[in-house]
Amino acid sequence: MPTEGTNTQRPRLIDVVRRDVPTCSLDERLGDVRDRAIAAGWDACVVVSQDRVVLGLLRAKELQADPQLLAERAMRPGPSTYRPFVSVEEMRRTMTERNLESSPVTTSDGKLVGLVRKQDVAAKRPPDGAG
Amino acid sequence: MAREIDREQVRRLMEQRAQIVDVLPAREYGEEHLPGAINLPLRRIEAEASQVLDRSRPIVVYCADSA
Repeated sequence: MPTEGTNTQRPRLIDVVRRDVPTCSLDERLGDVRDRAIAAGWDACVVVSQDRVVLGLLRAKELQADPQLLAERAMRPGPSTYRPFVSVEEMRRTMTERNLESSPVTTSDGKLVGLVRKQDVAAKRPPDGAG
Repeated sequence: MAREIDREQVRRLMEQRAQIVDVLPAREYGEEHLPGAINLPLRRIEAEASQVLDRSRPIVVYCADSA
């Protein structure tokens, strides 16, 4: 919806989030998840419940573990998540301070919107004068 | 009685002159808010709502997660 105020021109995570990030369930084999992620051009996968609540994250390192492991055993549980309205500027600072390569973006009830990646945040600069 | 509504319902209510209330702190309200929204921060809402709002008209309340 249109908004008004002093901050409306700043890019938000909703502007850079990747909605096409692969997802998997807790009980999937890591090998199958990795094959599916690679086929989709990704090196990450978000572990979600049946109603898309984020449960964990499989980054490149986790995806390289034993392919027989279940996603639940390999994942990083309970990753920090961010809301779509967070500014890209704030996320850039957070990713640098916490050394994050990527983070899930979710609704307030924890449902996955997508994944925000460091390179996408770095590439999105605010309009002149709005930084 | 309060109930959760979606974006389309908000639009319709705005057309029907509903009162739109932003409960975020003033600084955040100033940065971005729905057009015509009244700023009534959460910690003041109980004390001021009856003075600021018209009970005869629909009231829509939102915060950051619903933006």
